[in-house]
Amino acid sequence: MARMLLLTMLVAALTGCNAQQSTLAVFGADARAIRHIAIILTSGAILILAITAALYVRAVRASEHSLSHEQGMRMILWVGAIGPTLILTALLLYALPAMRPRPADPGDLIIRVEGEQFWWRAVYRPSDNAPPLSSANEIRVPVGRTVVFELMAKDVIHSFWIPGLAGKMDMIPGRTNRLVVKAEKPGRYRGVCAEFCGLSHALMAFDVIAMEPAAFDTWLADARAVVPLPAIATPGRVLFDAQGCGACHTIRGTPHVGTIGPDLSRFGERLTLGAGILPPTIDNIAAFIRTPQQAKPGVRMPAYPQLSQEDASAIAHYLKGMK
Amino acid sequence: MSLHDQDDPALRAAQEDRLRAVWKPPSGLFLRWTDCNNNRVGVWYVLTAFAFMLFAGVLALIMRTQLAVPDNDLVSAGTFNQLFTLHGSMMMFLFAVPMFEAVSIILLPQLLGARDLPFPRLSAFGYWSFLLGGVFVGGSIFFNAAPDGGWFMYPPLTTRTDLSGLGADIWMLGLSFIEVSSVAAAVELIVGVLKCRPPGMQLNLMPLYAWYILVVAVMILFAFPPLIAGDILFEMERLLNWPFFDANRGGDPLLWQHLFWIFGHPEVYIVFLPSIALFAMLVPTFSNRHLLGYPWIVLAAVGTAFLSFGLWVHHMFTTGLPKISLAFFSAASEAVAIPTAVQIFAFIATLWAGRVTWSTPLLYATGSLAIFVIGGLTGVMVAVAPFDWQAHDTYFIVAHLHYVLIGGTLLPLFAGLYYYWPLITGKKLSDRLGRIAFWMLFVGANLTFFPMHFSGLMGMPRRVFTYPAELGLDGLNMASTLGAWLFASGVAVICVDLCLSPRRAKAQRNPWGAGTLEWLAHPDDEDWGIRSIPLIESRYPIWDQKDFVQKVDEGRFFLPDAEEGRRETIVTTVLDARPLAVIRLGTPSVTPILTALSLGGVFILTTYHLYWAALVCAVATLACAIWWLWTGTAEIPEKPCKPIGHGIELPLYISGPAAPGWWAMFITMMADATAFSGLVFGYYFFWTRHADFPPMAMADGPGMYWPMVALVLGVTSWLATIAAREVHARGDVGIARLLLMLGIATSLAGIAAGLAGPWTHGMDPESHSYPAIVWTLTVWTVAHAGIAAIMQSYALARSIARRMDPQHDADIRNVTVYMHFFALTAIVAYATIGLFPSLS
Repeated sequence: MARMLLLTMLVAALTGCNAQQSTLAVFGADARAIRHIAIILTSGAILILAITAALYVRAVRASEHSLSHEQGMRMILWVGAIGPTLILTALLLYALPAMRPRPADPGDLIIRVEGEQFWWRAVYRPSDNAPPLSSANEIRVPVGRTVVFELMAKDVIHSFWIPGLAGKMDMIPGRTNRLVVKAEKPGRYRGVCAEFCGLSHALMAFDVIAMEPAAFDTWLADARAVVPLPAIATPGRVLFDAQGCGACHTIRGTPHVGTIGPDLSRFGERLTLGAGILPPTIDNIAAFIRTPQQAKPGVRMPAYPQLSQEDASAIAHYLKGMK
Repeated sequence: MSLHDQDDPALRAAQEDRLRAVWKPPSGLFLRWTDCNNNRVGVWYVLTAFAFMLFAGVLALIMRTQLAVPDNDLVSAGTFNQLFTLHGSMMMFLFAVPMFEAVSIILLPQLLGARDLPFPRLSAFGYWSFLLGGVFVGGSIFFNAAPDGGWFMYPPLTTRTDLSGLGADIWMLGLSFIEVSSVAAAVELIVGVLKCRPPGMQLNLMPLYAWYILVVAVMILFAFPPLIAGDILFEMERLLNWPFFDANRGGDPLLWQHLFWIFGHPEVYIVFLPSIALFAMLVPTFSNRHLLGYPWIVLAAVGTAFLSFGLWVHHMFTTGLPKISLAFFSAASEAVAIPTAVQIFAFIATLWAGRVTWSTPLLYATGSLAIFVIGGLTGVMVAVAPFDWQAHDTYFIVAHLHYVLIGGTLLPLFAGLYYYWPLITGKKLSDRLGRIAFWMLFVGANLTFFPMHFSGLMGMPRRVFTYPAELGLDGLNMASTLGAWLFASGVAVICVDLCLSPRRAKAQRNPWGAGTLEWLAHPDDEDWGIRSIPLIESRYPIWDQKDFVQKVDEGRFFLPDAEEGRRETIVTTVLDARPLAVIRLGTPSVTPILTALSLGGVFILTTYHLYWAALVCAVATLACAIWWLWTGTAEIPEKPCKPIGHGIELPLYISGPAAPGWWAMFITMMADATAFSGLVFGYYFFWTRHADFPPMAMADGPGMYWPMVALVLGVTSWLATIAAREVHARGDVGIARLLLMLGIATSLAGIAAGLAGPWTHGMDPESHSYPAIVWTLTVWTVAHAGIAAIMQSYALARSIARRMDPQHDADIRNVTVYMHFFALTAIVAYATIGLFPSLS
């Protein structure tokens, strides 16, 4: 029964189209190492299950006295006690090296990520002296280089998990946890919050973009360069000012420096809206501005139902224009 | 009286009439619920736990239906969070643990050849508390007020009153109430196993089920109190704003996780070992031979219990622990597989060596073993920390834990249901319906949970109310949902089978041909439990002892009569079961219900911040408890001794370590001390984790003076009580009363001195975790000083009322046991808060 299911499921897994958020579709060195451990563990488990099942069937079918008292006691000792002890000791020794954290140099890129209900604040701190770069709901990493995540939380416990890159690490108020990783394959991936954090826990994801190192450096330099926006009063920009959006959101180069909500400085280049849950179309953005609770129950952003559809779209256009 | 006396059928009939009259259940619309006979209370208990299981199962079915397709909107996020929180909490607190206790309340006296458990009214109290608390917690979902923070209730999500509502309080207070009743049942079961075995049943002849009960009840005793300590801190934070888990004010969210999982992991074994215990009863029956490796199994059960307290951290592998902890707890988590393997292979060896009779219970046992082994193997996988970093909090864990709990708790219980139904009702269940249900359950469980291993590894986190279509998890989730419906249908078939049972004819006695004592039960069962209490010489007396059933039935063993018209059972020594005394058992009474109701009022009214009403209930609880103790315990018998047959005379009154009451006090206080150590753990946890604990501004703490004064007063009270016990035993009743008065005075003065420390130093518990934990330890200790004063007053009053004299001194002996623990509490608490700041 179980084996039959296993086969069907394996086929389903192999043909499944999820290469973005899976521990099986790896793009980081740590996830690859753990996948290897998982394969070993699974094979061992199937083997032990098969042996146990075979012994059980044999035991039920055996005629009376086909096993003497002494033989029975020997079986308990060897198969029940000594065998498992040896196997588990071997397993522990095999797995111990993988428990060591990946070593990091002082010069490695540090990305501080803070979990909030229900989005992610990311601050890139390269070792050079230039100011850090703030961003939200999107993490970019260079492949082939060690990256250190410093993980924190302001409100409640979250857990930072990029299945294809490495194991997860909790974000706990009052603590800073470190997760050191190394991406190996460029591409677009997805991370999620893995610790239950409230109403929209299911809607707290983020995009992960692994880039070639040169492309990453260019992107980072571009993103950090503060380019004051031209003082053209587009309708969207006027509305953004008038509605007080800047009290919570930062747009660099403007007077808006709020830090309660996500930084919107390069919103136009984001691949998703609302922490990895919606395509960032004008309609979706406008709807999110007017009734954020609809897309994301429990979200902190207040609703703006008084804004007309056109006004909300105008703000959406303004935001989409920032790259 | 010799064996031959029992040859006279007229005498036997007269004895039976007397026994029947004594054990007659109360009747009447209301009075029938005051019954406390274990076979009635046990059945109510089982039915209630079963109903909660069905309820929690329906919640799961709604969840699975919501998750059948991506982006579904059958239920809202808020409802979904209530569903999974309540599903997990109810299955654990209202089904798995109480079901074990309920089954044990039914079976244990039968297994031990006792007339009833030593404290029948305590069982009734536990049941009514359970019913009230369970309805309170489970019913909250109909008011959209169910807890929604997950069954693990991690702060700060759950402690911040702006992020979580009434549900969190319902969880904490409602389940604390149930935890109290679980501990009460554990006390009852431990004393039952240790003190109420039949003569001759040495520890090594005890049925394995009783061994498992002993192990599991002891685990409850040490596992639940840390959670109760956590609950106290949690509600202090929610109701009084004392910041134990608020990182901004020196608190730490991880403290809760430690306290919760110190409870939570042993909990897994608390619900799993009783099922193995059921296997240990039915495997020998269907192998037609003694179980192989009895000592191995006992050692394995004890070993599992020990290890289970050393691996809670594997639930916290992703919290950023030091690597050395990872390695240690990985090793411990893997190691617990070894005793489990020993137990499983002992069963396999027994089946192999014996002649197997295939039956429906054995079919269930086989299926559950298969499912459990899969769950155990995935358990070893997640014990490997790196693998857990990926699997943790994903559907892989959902799969793992359901394999463990379905294979290790639910299906074994169904095996037990089919096995023991004839024992309880005298009728067998349908083999055909049982088999149909089995295959639906077995296929359903695998279809539901096997795909979850893959959905988890493919990136599906737990506790999500929906998932996006792009993840490609549709097929796996649909399979899981179909499986869940199939599984639920299997449960429905079992329910149909149960409902058809009253129509069926009675089965023969001992229909499976088992060898253990409980199968003495007759299909037309009498309420007296067992006709005469046998002398035990074998682990399988029905198989091995000559004419055993007939001798029991004809009253040829001990205590075949109830001459004085009292409910009685025999108390024996702990190790070798030599008869010590005959004790009089509690009869139907309204006190357990009233105590349960008023105690429930304390918890439930506090939930709604109705503090004055809660206080009234607390006073009522105290009054009921004193009334209960005053009228129902340590009664001075009308004569010192009575014959129990075979020329043996046993005393009717015992006190001190020989008496069940002394053991009950001792065991209860072990639980109390464990809860206290949970609070002390909190103090030192803050100190080790935080460099600024105590903060510089409060470095003086409560000062040294008042804590030391309180400590001296507490120790004085303790010594006064010991002295009172000693002089009382020597006959100096007057001096003993004076010493008790001294004890009362010093206990009361200790309350004032204890509170004076933090009070005079202006410690504001809302400002920081340090003053908060100091106040908590202080309040805990002075509350115990208050209880000490009440107990000392009780002993004094008993003496004055002539209900206690130098020959009958159980009251003061039991109070002294309390005082030992009180002194320990006072010394540790006051030394910690008074001396530690100057040391650190």
